[in-house]
Amino acid sequence: MQLLDETIAFTLQSGVGAPVWFGRAADGEELRRFAAAARRFDGRMAAIWGSDERQRDGGFRLHCVFGLNQGHAWVSLDLPVDAPAYPDLADIFPAANRMQRATRDMVGIATTGGDQRPWLRHGAWPADWYPLRHDAAQLASERGDFPNAPSDYDFVRVGGEGAHEIPVGPIHAGIIEPGHFRFSVIGEKVLRLEQRLGYQHKGVEKLFIGMDLAAGARLVGRISGDSTCAYAWAYASAVEAACGVAPSLRALMLRALMLERERVANHLGDLGALGNDAALAFGFTQFMHLKELWLRLNARLFGHRFMMDRIVPGGVALDLEAPALAAIIEQCDYIGREVATLRTIYDEHAGLQDRFLTTGAIDADLARELSLTGMGARATGIIFDGRAYRQGFTPPPPYRMLGVRPATDDRGDVAARVAVRFNEIFESLRLQREIVVSLPDDELRADLAPVAGGAGLGVIEGWRGEVLVGVALDAAGKLARVHPHDPSWQAWPALEHAVMQDIVPDFPLINKSFNLSYSGVDL
Amino acid sequence: MRILRTGILTESMPEAGAWPQREIERLHDDILRILGRALTIREVDAGSCNGCELEIHALNNPAYNIEGRGIKFVASPRHADMLLVTGPVTKNMENAVRIAYDCTPDPKLVVAVGDCGCTGGLFGESYASCGRVSNVIPVDVTIPGCPPPPLDLLRGILTAIGKQK
Ligand code: SF4
Repeated sequence: MQLLDETIAFTLQSGVGAPVWFGRAADGEELRRFAAAARRFDGRMAAIWGSDERQRDGGFRLHCVFGLNQGHAWVSLDLPVDAPAYPDLADIFPAANRMQRATRDMVGIATTGGDQRPWLRHGAWPADWYPLRHDAAQLASERGDFPNAPSDYDFVRVGGEGAHEIPVGPIHAGIIEPGHFRFSVIGEKVLRLEQRLGYQHKGVEKLFIGMDLAAGARLVGRISGDSTCAYAWAYASAVEAACGVAPSLRALMLRALMLERERVANHLGDLGALGNDAALAFGFTQFMHLKELWLRLNARLFGHRFMMDRIVPGGVALDLEAPALAAIIEQCDYIGREVATLRTIYDEHAGLQDRFLTTGAIDADLARELSLTGMGARATGIIFDGRAYRQGFTPPPPYRMLGVRPATDDRGDVAARVAVRFNEIFESLRLQREIVVSLPDDELRADLAPVAGGAGLGVIEGWRGEVLVGVALDAAGKLARVHPHDPSWQAWPALEHAVMQDIVPDFPLINKSFNLSYSGVDL
Repeated sequence: MRILRTGILTESMPEAGAWPQREIERLHDDILRILGRALTIREVDAGSCNGCELEIHALNNPAYNIEGRGIKFVASPRHADMLLVTGPVTKNMENAVRIAYDCTPDPKLVVAVGDCGCTGGLFGESYASCGRVSNVIPVDVTIPGCPPPPLDLLRGILTAIGKQK
């Protein structure tokens, strides 16, 4: 079938996950035409990665995933060994910029034009060596140890009288992941922020190559600790599509229960931290207390405070009995009451609202241009949530049966992100109760045998936004390639825009309102 | 008005009895007794998945309340008695970690947190990762776990202080 009236032929991925269509572009121009059509129809650049297919059919391959109204279009483009290049897509989708540069650093396939600065490569390995190529290990051993020589980075300079730069990081002042922020300011006002990330790059994608499916599940759960359930589910969903296996509804319900508990845990922590950044220490104490209670019940019922390794290919690796289900209902009621009280306090606190309102604002047009998803996009008024029905889109089970009401707020500022987080907590608590009372009896884990050469894409609406995991299996049924994609890829540039014209002291607050992942994008 | 409500909220904290409150108190007392003063910690994320940071954050919640008990997280290694380092050390952070270590005044304690900090964890050593923290800077104490829960973190911090004295 065709999508967006374009020429590429697509086939629908099998299975019970979010709808994904596979297609191949004949050349770079066909890919660009499809990208332009996607942009015209309010689509998003959802992910870009590359793979070395020389052992399979002789070339390199570019993979672009577009988020469309009806689902995701995974378009691949074969590139010749001697000239693996493709046209820049960043003029159509600015979000492509960093993904393309990372693809070049990792696989050595590059855009013919556009931004050629390195992204993940800081100088720990040479520019003409690519970690994800099959012959990387052999070439490295031939060349001996690479010196770790941190390179300078070509930040965009802001000229003008009175403008100066404030560099921050990579080690930040708080208990937070490392990254570098370059502020250009006049007085206190931020003219521009440019991020340089990649400090957390620890070679995750390389590690996946050759792993068996179970080892891959453990690794994917450690890409971003605060989103371990979202990643584990997206990976499992991709593997299940690749192997033609469907988990039972009970397993899917238990996955959703864990994903919703992850969502609430993160929103609780961030709402507390946001109170703290706005000088309401009381809010911090209260929310952190609630989060601690929440995590302790996770430890008791799921055997792990963050529920790592509980979502596995084929299903889940735990079960909940009646007393556990009762404990969840009881806790949801309690947390719901407490959060409702705290919300009134936040809403009525003049000092807090003064800091939140109009601070760090972005609008829906910008969010669309930047392919933003998740909580940040919904806080600009975009009603888009992979768990919810929309015109032309039916969410995958179990959300199909649960009927999610997406939270939105069109102000686009810190206050809007706070409001969306509050509303998502309430909705998530409702969903958890719903799951608990309607949990069907069924098997926990379907048998799953790897299918040689299989491929799949999993898409999960995590607490930050859309988490994607693309999986390809080799001839032996091992992982040939796994590409995990964090929604922070698209949200980091949104943060750059959000701080413009605000003052430097508001940066921590704006930053926290998004709370983006470094590890998830640095890989 | 808000303070009134605050009071009510605090009283409504449930499950307090079920918490390992006694051990937490004892750990705090031990830390103060051994050190005789507040302990300052500089946390350095050298390449973690952020899971370990979530548990270090939890040390500041009312259950563990370490800020209230004379353990302070500080913004600069220059003001720190202890570096609490998470993650395998990425190649891209190797330099920054060494600098943070050099900037910390002697006698300094280094605690490696999490399976990644202790052994390199799932990430190990590679073109992008130096592996465990002790491959890059000297480590006094390791706190295993993925991630180690807050109580384990407190115990590990205490062990480090005890070692130094
Ligand atoms: S030990 Fe576990 S939680 Fe900590 S950084 Fe490593 S993978 Fe993440």
